[in-house]
Amino acid sequence: MAGPGEFTQHFSSQFNNELANLRSRVMAMGSTVEKQLSDAVTALESMNENMARSVIGSDLQVNALEIYLDEESRRILARRQPAAGDLRLIFAVIKAVTDIERIGDQAKSVARMAVKMAESGAPKPVPSLAHLGELVRRMVNQAISAFAGMDVNIALEVERADIDADLEYQSVMRQLTTLMSEDPRSVGWALNLVWAARALERAGDHAKNISEYLIYMVQGKDVRHVSIEDRERQVQSRSRTDDTSTT
Amino acid sequence: MNAPLRPEVGEPADIANETIKAETRALSFYYGSGALALKGVNLQLAQHKVTALIGPSGCGKSTLLRCFNRMHDLYAGNRYDGELLLYPDGVNVLDPKVDPIEMRMRMAMVFQKPNPFPKSIYENVAYGLRVRGITRSGTIDEAVERSLTDAALWGEVKDRLHEQAYNLSGGQQQRLCIARALAVEPEVLLFDEPTSALDPIATASIEELIAELRNRVTILIVTHNMQQAARVSDYTAFMYLGELVEFGNADEFFTNPKQKRTEDYITGRYG
Repeated sequence: MAGPGEFTQHFSSQFNNELANLRSRVMAMGSTVEKQLSDAVTALESMNENMARSVIGSDLQVNALEIYLDEESRRILARRQPAAGDLRLIFAVIKAVTDIERIGDQAKSVARMAVKMAESGAPKPVPSLAHLGELVRRMVNQAISAFAGMDVNIALEVERADIDADLEYQSVMRQLTTLMSEDPRSVGWALNLVWAARALERAGDHAKNISEYLIYMVQGKDVRHVSIEDRERQVQSRSRTDDTSTT
Repeated sequence: MNAPLRPEVGEPADIANETIKAETRALSFYYGSGALALKGVNLQLAQHKVTALIGPSGCGKSTLLRCFNRMHDLYAGNRYDGELLLYPDGVNVLDPKVDPIEMRMRMAMVFQKPNPFPKSIYENVAYGLRVRGITRSGTIDEAVERSLTDAALWGEVKDRLHEQAYNLSGGQQQRLCIARALAVEPEVLLFDEPTSALDPIATASIEELIAELRNRVTILIVTHNMQQAARVSDYTAFMYLGELVEFGNADEFFTNPKQKRTEDYITGRYG
């Protein structure tokens, strides 16, 4: 099967440019939210209020890219009537943009919690969210790279990483629950960490969604709502068929 | 952790579950010049479904369509190889013993350019019936009204049935040709680029008509317009250099074709 990853040229070089532009803007939007996410976690860990406020401010840039990408996708649908791989690319972009924007929103939530923590003069966050933050940042990075390289294997790694992120989230929540029950005075600031951890976990879910759209875009297979084992089997069986068909 | 159940989205149409109305088996076709225009084509037409043939110019799609009603017999030297079976009787249409005129009644053709006869609207539709030897005027009147109604033209022409067919607009003339084809109650309707000479509104009305007619006849349509194939067909076939490259249900075909050549063609890429 020919996926959109194969850059055979369109008859219309203009259409080629439009699709390439669309992809590069998705990359730009993805790397912006990835930076927001890592800055938000750093700001929280280091109680850096200025950094947190700058994360909140950079949301405008993400929103602008979201609007641009929606308009551009709509325009291409109306004017080019894309089919097959091109259609799946546009469809995946429309879906992915929403999730990327939500990752930005979650980064903003983490940053807000960082501002609250800094303002209230709470102690340095214990337990640390640095590990969870790093796991999720890496998932976002991989999901976007998979999009750039049309790589279903990286997309599958994101799915597996989501399991680790969920485990880390549960562990953080257990620690916070213990902390709050042992020392009720901590409830005020610890709740901020609960919300921040929850936001990070959600950002990871959005990264997982993006990798699912990527698999659909490359293989034409909808892998949402199936178990990870089934998903890997489906994706790999498809890859094998591709190998034999191209030889 | 249990995976959530996947919601049912309905099975995609599958030719394996269809009643087959007609099929070609290893059909090859040679023009009088010796040129091989079709190379062992196997194609099945599902009953009461629309099958579209697409492909670049010269790929053999019109040649294939014309095999169905033996149009190639009109020129000496043309040669068929393989079978073209029409069900339920399973008659091999290409058998020299089979009467091509009879076949053209069972599988009627609508052409690219509207080609009404230089007769009245009424006589155009009645023509096939008269060829069949039907003379009772009541029967012919009924058939003309029914065919024009089925071709979504009755309302526009019922007060001018005896005017020249040439006075109709292009889109109306094409619907008249469809009515003429329907009058003999064909089992299969063959459309050869039926809207390429029409404006977008007339095109839409023909497409609408195709969608309605499929409840009663099996339809095979050749079209250059990919979007049209995507809009009207239940099954789509892509032909290239006389070969059938890919056949599948239209939803799959236009979102996730299996062959790279199909993908390249429908997305407008260089092969």
